[in-house]
Parts: sequence; structure tokens; C-alpha cells
Amino acid sequence: MNVPVEAFVILSMVLFTLGAMGVMLRKNAILVFMSVELMLNAANLALVAFAKQWNDIGGHTFVFFVMTVAAAEVAIGLALIVAIFRHKQSINIDDLHQMEG
Amino acid sequence: MHTETYPQLIPLVILIPALGAFINIFWGSKLTERVSGLIGITAAVLTFIISVLIFSHLNGHHGTGSVINPVIFQTWLRIDSIGLDIPWQFRVDPLTAVMLLVVTGVGSLIHIYSMGYMHGDKKFSRFFAYLNLFMMFMLLLVTSNNFLMLFVGWEGVGVMSYLLIGFNWDKGGALGWKNSNAARKAMIVNRVGDFGVLMAIFMIFWTFGTLTFYQPGETANVCYAREVNNLGACAEESHSEGEAAAAEGETAAAEGDHSEGETVAEAEGDHSEGEAAAAEGETVAEAEGDHSEGETAEGEGDHSEGETAAAEGDHSEGETAEGEGGHGGEPVVLADVDNSKFASYTDLGVFGQTAHYMSLEEGSPERLVQFGTLALDFKTVLFIIVLFLLLGVAGKSAQIPLFVWLPDAMAGPTPVSALMHAATMVTAGVFLLIRSNVFLDYVPEARLVIAIIGSVTALMAGFIALGQWDIKRVLAFSTVSQLGFMVAAVGLGAYVAALFHLATHAVFKALLFLGSGSVIHGVEHGHHHVHAHGNGPGHGHGNGPDDHHDAHDEHVDEAFDPQDMRNMGGLASRMPITYWTYLFGTFALAGLPFFAGFWSKDEILADAFHEALEGHLLLDNLAGYIVLGLLLVAAGFTAFYMWRQVQMVFHGDPRTEAAASAPESSAWMTIPLLVLAFFSFTVGFVNVPKYTPIFSGFMGIQDYEFKHFLESAIPSVTLKESLAFNTPLALLAVVIAFSAIALSHSIYGGNKAVQGRRDPLHVNRSTRQMWSLANARLYWDEIYFRLIENPYNRLSKFLYEVVDWRFLHDYFHDSVLKAGYDSMGKLLAKPFDLGIIDGTVNGVGALVRLLSGRVRVVQTGYVRVYAVILLLGVVAVLLIMLLPLLQVQAGS
Repeated sequence: MNVPVEAFVILSMVLFTLGAMGVMLRKNAILVFMSVELMLNAANLALVAFAKQWNDIGGHTFVFFVMTVAAAEVAIGLALIVAIFRHKQSINIDDLHQMEG
Repeated sequence: MHTETYPQLIPLVILIPALGAFINIFWGSKLTERVSGLIGITAAVLTFIISVLIFSHLNGHHGTGSVINPVIFQTWLRIDSIGLDIPWQFRVDPLTAVMLLVVTGVGSLIHIYSMGYMHGDKKFSRFFAYLNLFMMFMLLLVTSNNFLMLFVGWEGVGVMSYLLIGFNWDKGGALGWKNSNAARKAMIVNRVGDFGVLMAIFMIFWTFGTLTFYQPGETANVCYAREVNNLGACAEESHSEGEAAAAEGETAAAEGDHSEGETVAEAEGDHSEGEAAAAEGETVAEAEGDHSEGETAEGEGDHSEGETAAAEGDHSEGETAEGEGGHGGEPVVLADVDNSKFASYTDLGVFGQTAHYMSLEEGSPERLVQFGTLALDFKTVLFIIVLFLLLGVAGKSAQIPLFVWLPDAMAGPTPVSALMHAATMVTAGVFLLIRSNVFLDYVPEARLVIAIIGSVTALMAGFIALGQWDIKRVLAFSTVSQLGFMVAAVGLGAYVAALFHLATHAVFKALLFLGSGSVIHGVEHGHHHVHAHGNGPGHGHGNGPDDHHDAHDEHVDEAFDPQDMRNMGGLASRMPITYWTYLFGTFALAGLPFFAGFWSKDEILADAFHEALEGHLLLDNLAGYIVLGLLLVAAGFTAFYMWRQVQMVFHGDPRTEAAASAPESSAWMTIPLLVLAFFSFTVGFVNVPKYTPIFSGFMGIQDYEFKHFLESAIPSVTLKESLAFNTPLALLAVVIAFSAIALSHSIYGGNKAVQGRRDPLHVNRSTRQMWSLANARLYWDEIYFRLIENPYNRLSKFLYEVVDWRFLHDYFHDSVLKAGYDSMGKLLAKPFDLGIIDGTVNGVGALVRLLSGRVRVVQTGYVRVYAVILLLGVVAVLLIMLLPLLQVQAGS
């Protein structure tokens, strides 16, 4: 069975768009976080698809880097969210706008 | 005897005292009194030893002058653009040697004396440093070979005298002010004189193009002196009048039957010259052919004939005639000693050049000296130079009108007074005149002025000394008077007599000052002694002066003046050594027979008498008679006031308790007194005239030994007839001295010296006015106060109050400057400071604030906004990157 590469790209676009919309629209920090993960994995999917397409090992390799960075991001990001929650009793990101100019 | 190297030691004469002073200045505070005193004494004595060596060398070589020029100072001052090139050169000639002996000999004894006198003073080492420096500058003055080095020494002794006169400036109260005022007075009065010296130096340089006295190898010139003294012609006349001149010289020798026979014989042929050192009576030495050596006629028989330097034959000094080689382009060829190594007269020193210029015909263009547009005859220039020098001499050697500082200068410690009045400082002026003897020979008009000033000063100061109470002030005026004698002698052309009197006076005036110091010291101690016993016993006094806790200042209250002769009396038995040595000094100063002052004063009087008979100066014989008369009266005053002083200080009964209990001074002080007393008797015998009764040929004394020694330094001396001892004149002087002493004794003898703190002459109505005039010092200070000081003070007060304070301060500063500044400030404050400066700075801030206010709204703080912006950014970048690609596709 030979799935054309366009299908992977379209799926990746859809996932990325969902992730981006989630980051921009959701207020819950954890959901925003999950959306970020969705965007990362959409990118991963595209990388893998093109690697297969061009028979290039670089794409595969890069996916591992992205996964590692994502894992680290989760570790730090969740810790930040816990800390923010302790401080503010809320993880609504609309409450966090002290950096306003 | 390898004495040739001795003159090479001359730089040490400067360096050793400088080193002594250096040590005492920088380490003096760490040294004990004894060590720092011994350093000073050692430096002084070492220079004395060197002086003796140099003297012995010159004496063994008939006083040949030699110019020593250490290589290190080949060029000392050099300004190429005006041809100024002054080397650091020493001049070693008999004149220098005599001055060296006087300065270092008397100076050393004063150093030793100071060891006792300054004992206990907290500035002990500083005092010795000053003394050494004082000596050093004086030695620099007498050893220099040019006017500028001389001037360095001249100013140096001025500075040191300022420091030493004001040495006790820190006494506190009125006394401290008195001391420092005296120092300032000395400094300021001397400035007036120094102006004269400076002007003279400028003119000398302008005229001669050099300041050097004699170039190395140059010998002093006597040629000119013949003309000056009408003793025969000089070389250039020998072309036409050689025979006549020779004959004239012969006659001159023959007729002066008592003369030493300095005769001049002229040679024929160009530039040759015969020099004849004649035997008694007659002689002619002939020189024949051109460039022939001068023949010397050796006197036969008795010793004194062969005295003249040239006659010795072994050496080539003595008289030199200067040739005219300069303007002819020919070398300067002379008879006995030639200056032929000098290609042109301009290579000679100032004195050699003087002789050259004066040999030119008057009115010839070469004799004119250009001062800008003004062309003066050389002789006029010389006259002005000598008068400027005289102004300097009046300052340094305390002559009318600038003598006023010297009596005040005794405010310094007594050893300083002794040093200043005897060996250094005041002798500098007389020395300068003697050194410039060649100048003086040519300008009898200026010498007349000098002679008159000197003799009037001698009389005036002698008169003032009659009415003084202060023991040192009497001596100070006596010094002024004796300096007047010396200056008068110089004015008469009797340079040797002046130098002789300078030397003998240095010895006995040092003795008198040191003796007076011993008296003051003793009276202070007596006063201290009395008071200590009054306050309570147990201080352990009376164990001898050295055991005292010496303190010259602390125990002398204001009311008691240890220098006032009214507080003394009867000290002869209390202080025997001081008394007897003081008597020797008194007799020497009064000119009692066979003491030093007798010989030297008599020689000056004899010269004055000679002048009166012959009349070389202006006014024919009148000047000589005036000078002789003034000096004889001054000599009488001298004997009178000195005996008055001896009576008041040493004889009669003690007038105060202090005087009654005064102790004799320590050995440090009495030994120099004894040495000086010995020399004040013996030193006169160095220049005894030949025909002196009793002394001629006695004890190996030779005729005018001192004079002959000086021949090479004072060239005109050789051509003057040596004066025989003038018995009637000497008798007259002795009679005057004795009768003055007798008169003085009749007035002041016994206990009559002071009557109720008044002088007998003041008690006596007929002499009261005269005595008061002397006591008031002829109102010199008051006259100066009215004529100079008061107008000066009023002028400065006017300048201060009106010009400075009212005009400059009140009006100019307050009204003009301050108001102008204020209005200017106001003008600037608002528009400029507030408007431009502040506006710019604030404007920049406001602008930043305004702009950033617009931008800041972008920062919402909401993460999602940033995410949107980021996304849009990414999209934008992608679009920009992909747009060319799309265009290519569209195009293809």
C-alpha cells in the first residue's frame, strides 16, 4: 500500500492548524500546552513524511531532536504551571498579563 | 718643592665649605652640638690650609698670577646669539691669595669661637651651616676670574648676611622684630648697591664683549700705568720718541733719590720694550733691536734692590707691556712676558682690553663705544662703569650714602658681626675696587669721587661712634670709618695700602668684635647668675662658664641690655684675657706705634700726603690735602672712641650686679682671642717701609714685602715710587692718637665714664649739642625716613587705600566687575540656561517618553497576542521567501 506524501502533508497541516488555534484561543494553560505539543508533532509528521519521500535520514534524525526538546519543555512547562497555580490559585492565562507595557 | 700643583687645589676652597654646610643642613638636626660644630670648624680650617699652600706657592714664585680653569665648567653660561660664553674660571694671583688668607684665617678663628658662643643654642647646626656658606660665597667672590662669578659670590654673601643678621628672628616680641628688620634693612639697602654692580657688569659686557678679568696665560699690563703716573712713555711712542722716553725714564729714576728705582726704559724699534728694574739711584736698561727681550739690571749689593719681580729673572711674570698687535693684526709682542699667543686684543680680558683702548688716540673712531645711537668715548664709558661699581661698593662696604645697614647688622649673633665686619661681606666692596684697579687708573675723575666719599665716610662714622652706648654699635661705626679709610686709599690709587689696611683691620676688628662678644656673654651670665641666686639657690652656677646652661635669650629680660656699656664697668679684673686682648685690638685700631693698624693706617696717610704733594687727581693738590685732613681727624676720633669704650667697659667700678659677677668666657672663645691679639700686633710687619727707623734691616724684614708680592695683581704698583717711611707724618699720626687717648682718658678715666647713665660730654653743657648729634647718629636714619621711607610708606598707603581698595576693590570690583557679572548672569540665566540647556535635555527626555508611549501599547502581556504576532511574522517571512518562487512559476 502506497500512501501518497500529499496525504501526510495535509494531515500535518490540519494538526498544526488545530494546535495553533488551540494556543491562540484556549485559556486553560494545560490545554495551551497540549496544543503546543500538537503543533510539534504535526511538524514531526511532516519531517518524517518528507524524509521518506526523499530517502533522507536527516528528517528522521531531526524528529528525535524535536521529541527531546518537547520532553524537556514538558518538564519545565508543567513545573511552571504548578508554580503559577500555587501562586495565583489559577491557571487561566488571561490572568497572567503583568508584562503589559 | 712641588708647589706647582697647589693652585690646582683652588676648587676645593669652594667645595669644602659647601660640603660642610651640606652636611649640617641635611643631617644637622641629628648631630650633636659638638659634632656639627666640629664639621664646620674642620671645613673652615681645611680651606685655611689650602689657602696657605696656595699662598706659599705664589710667594715662592713672586706672585705669578695663573688662571685655573677646571674642565668641567669650560662653559658655564653660553648664549651664542650674542657671543656670551662665560667659563667657570678661578683666578689665582697675589690679590686672591691675600684675600684667601684673610677670609679663611679670620673665618676659622670665628668658627672656633662660635663653638663656645653658640653653646646651647637650639639652632646650633644651622648656624654653622650658614657660617660655612657665608665663607664659601666670600671665597667664590675673591677667587673668581670674571665679573659674573664675582657677582654670584657678591649676592651669596648678601643672602647669607640676611640669614645671619636675622638669625634670632624667632626671639619673639619686639626683639625678634628688631632682628628681622635689621636683616631686611641690610638686604634692601644692598639691593640698591647691587643695582649699580649689575649695571656696571652690563656695561662691561657691552663694551668689551667679555667679563673675564685675565685670560689664561695673559699677564697683567703695566704699559698704561706709566702714562697714568707720568713715568715715561709706552711702547707705541717708541717709534718716534724712544730716546726721549728712555731719557725721561732715566731722569725719573735718577731724581727720585729715595725711590725704589722702578724705572722704565724704552726701547727703540717696534713693539719692543725694555723693562728696567733699577738698582738704586740710576740705571738704564736698554733694549735694542726689534722684539728684543727687556734687559734686567740686577741690583747689586744689598738685598732689597733685587726686589722687583722682573729682576729675578727666573720667572717670566711681573710687568708686561701690551703690544699693539691687536689692531695691526700682528701678535702682541712684549718685552719680558708677551701676550703674543693672543692674536687680537679682543681675546684679552677686560683689563688688557682697557689698556689697548686707552692707548688709542682720543677721538679715534675705534675708541668710541656704541650704545644704540649714542656713541661715547671709551674713557667716558669707563667713568660711568666705575661710578656704578662705586654704588655697589657703597652698598657692600658701607659707604655714604648706603652705610645705614651696617650699624643695624650687629643685631645678629656676635660671631656673625665679627665675620661680617672683618673677613667677609664688607671687604667685598673694597676688594672689587682693588680688583678693578686697571679701570680706576684711567679715570682719576672717578677716583676723586671715591676718595672724597671714603674720607668723608671715615670722618662721619668716627664722629657718630663717639656718642653710642651699645658696645657693638661703637665697633660697627668704627668699621664704617675704617672702610672709609680703605676706600679713600683706593681713590688715591694706593691699592696696596687699601688691601693692607683691609687685612690688618680684618684681624683686629675680628678681635674687637669677638672680645665684645665675650663681654656680652659674660655680662649675660652675670645677670643670669644674679637672678638665679635671687630666685633661689641650688642651680649649681659658678662652676665655670662651660657648666652653665647657656641660654642667651631666655634669661635676659627686656629691661636689661647686656650690650649697653652703661651696664658694664670694671670688667678688667673679672675677664682678664678678654681685657688684655681687647686692649691689643684697641691699640691696633687706634694706630699706636708698631701695632698692625699703625703700619697700615700710616701707609694710607702717607699716600694721601704724597697725593697732596703731587696732585694726580683733579683739583691738583687740594684733593690730597682734603683727604689727608679728613683722615687725620678720623684717626683722632678712632683713638678717642676706642679709649672711651675701654674705660666704660673694663675700667672703673662695676655699675651693675651683672657686671660685678660676670665670669670669663670658655677656652673656645678665649683662644681665638689670644691668636688674634698676637696677629694684631705682628701682621703689620709684612709691609714695613725700608727707611723706617729701628726696623730697617732688622729681623730680616724686607722693604714693602707685601707690596712687592702684589705686583703682578696690581700692575700700576710697580711703577709708583715706593714711599719712604715718612717720619714727620707718622709722628703726627702717633701724636694725634696719643693725645686723643689722653683726652679721652681725662674725660672718661676712673669712674667718670658714666655719670648717672649719661655721658660726661652730655653732662657738659658746651659739648652737649655735639654729643647729642653723634648719639642721634647725625639723624641719618631719620633723614632716610623722611626722604625715602616715609614718602614710600605714604605712597604705598595711598596705593593700598585709594588705588587698590577704593578704586580697584570698591569701584572696579564691586561696581564694574560684580555688577557687570550679575547683569550678565541674569541675562544668561533664563534664555540660555533655562531655555537652551534645560530645554535640550528635557526635550530629549520628553521626546523619548512620547515615542515610547505610542509603542508600549503593543505589549499587552497576553501570551496569545504574542503568539498571533509570531504567527503573522512567520507567515510574512514565508511569503517574502516564497514570493520569487511563485513569480517564477507564474512566469514559466
